[in-house]
Amino acid sequence: MGALTDLDLSALWVSVRLATMTVVVLLIVGTPLAWWLAHTRSRIRPIVEAAVALPIVLPPTVLGFYILVALGPYGPLGRFADLSLAFTFTGLVIASVFYSMPFVIQPLQSAFEAVGKAPLEAAWSLRASKWDAFVTVISPIALRGYISAIVLGFAHTMGEFGVVLMVGGSIPGQTRVLSTTIFEHVEVMEYAQAHAISAFMLAFSFLVLLAVYITNRRFPIHVS
Amino acid sequence: MSHLLARFDVRFPAFHLDVDVDVPMSGITAIFGPSGSGKTTLLRCLAGLERVPNGFMQFGTDVWQDEKIGLCLPLYKRPIGYVFQEPRLFPHYNVRANLLYGYNRVPSEARRIDIEQVVDILGIDHLLERRIQKLSGGEQQRVAIGRALLTSPKLLLLDEPLASLDIQRKQELLPFIRRLHEELRIPVMYVSHAIAEILQLADRVVLLKEGKIAAAGALNEMFTSLQFRGHFGAHRIGAILDARVAAHETQYGLTQLEFNGQSLFVPLQSVSVGQVMRVHILSSDVSVVIGRTDCPTSVLNILEATIVEIQAIDQSSVDVLLDIGAPLVASITRKSLVILGLKPGQRVLAHIKAIALNEELMA
Repeated sequence: MGALTDLDLSALWVSVRLATMTVVVLLIVGTPLAWWLAHTRSRIRPIVEAAVALPIVLPPTVLGFYILVALGPYGPLGRFADLSLAFTFTGLVIASVFYSMPFVIQPLQSAFEAVGKAPLEAAWSLRASKWDAFVTVISPIALRGYISAIVLGFAHTMGEFGVVLMVGGSIPGQTRVLSTTIFEHVEVMEYAQAHAISAFMLAFSFLVLLAVYITNRRFPIHVS
Repeated sequence: MSHLLARFDVRFPAFHLDVDVDVPMSGITAIFGPSGSGKTTLLRCLAGLERVPNGFMQFGTDVWQDEKIGLCLPLYKRPIGYVFQEPRLFPHYNVRANLLYGYNRVPSEARRIDIEQVVDILGIDHLLERRIQKLSGGEQQRVAIGRALLTSPKLLLLDEPLASLDIQRKQELLPFIRRLHEELRIPVMYVSHAIAEILQLADRVVLLKEGKIAAAGALNEMFTSLQFRGHFGAHRIGAILDARVAAHETQYGLTQLEFNGQSLFVPLQSVSVGQVMRVHILSSDVSVVIGRTDCPTSVLNILEATIVEIQAIDQSSVDVLLDIGAPLVASITRKSLVILGLKPGQRVLAHIKAIALNEELMA
């Protein structure tokens, strides 16, 4: 990776930090939401499901635009916090959470649907409280779903471009991530460096997906 | 004696459950009825797994649910052991960890049942370190029962625990259930639609029909009640007796049972003297005789009886309900009834030609 400059390395670091934060936030917010989606009989379920899936089909610029407006000094979030989150790392995390939401929620939801309520009821009958039952029974059985959610959420955030550019700009060390760095290199005809980062992203993404598919096929869910 | 009281009145999409349950907190109570009659739903309501508006449930002096004051203890706060139709073992734990899951969550002062005891009763000693995936269906269900018992429950709810098993596995598990009840003295509610299981296990029956309790009472009274016999699809049952083994007559290959001071002979049993055996008598194997006990006959089983009730079944046959210290039904021809001039209150002798044992019932 001799072609990588210090700026490129700092972009890699921003990307990794961003993806990690996003996945952590999504697991905390997404677990109850995915559980609700998996088990509710509510009529608003399809509406919520559609909203969660939106980022898959929406142009990132559309999502980025609205998040930018919301986070700006005159947007609802900006006014509430009395500061502008646009073009900051925090703003980028908020944007990424929306952008990568379906990639975390959907694997969790299908995992919870597959687990069903039966093990939960069994755990209750064995004196486990709801929280206890979730931690000791449901999440281990849904482990594959969690692995898929973490890996896909991480990889998808690493690869985002449009939303980042709209909400974060490309401030070195703060909001410049790998994908925007490629764009910057190409803009100034530094093809060798653009190629190095692109090749890294390509290999990374392929390996991540490969890991997910191998895991889904073979991962045993034994803990003790 | 303390009772379990429950009232549920709730409309589900498929049917209307409307029950008022009052059963003693002892022995095995069978909840019996055809598929779709609401047996499982009733059990789930008793466990608090279905939240019923206006529901009420009281176990002895403890009120577990009273929707009038918004009270409904969640299942994990009720001292209930629940065994589902499927074993529902946790796949990420081995057998031992499954057994200990509930045990570890019960405060040590509340534990009355220990691992060795359960492992011994259920015969699962050799399975403890196995993965769940390596167990047969019968073994899994035994572990599920053990896991429930190790929470030291005050009430055991069994939802057709044998339904998914073949006859051989059923026959293997039934004695375990009877034994755990005898040794641990936990009241059991046992849901089943299999008459043979109930005849072997239950002390008492609650008959459910389309979400309502059609009848409830002691097993032998329910199955010999001339009024309800038809409902059970077991109209051939004449008596269910829990008789004590009095002696073995090995030279004749017979075991002598004692019931209410009277003797019954069955083929030689490998049950030790003093133990109690449940035997069944088919009503068609009972004849009514007017005469003295010392009259010579090849029939060994002769009991003194009083006629309680007579009911016509069809053109040619009648059921005669006899009292031998327990109810006994004899199915005889109407012609015999007329010739003998049988009347309620009359003292007669019941000749019993054959006594069925548990194993024969299942086949």
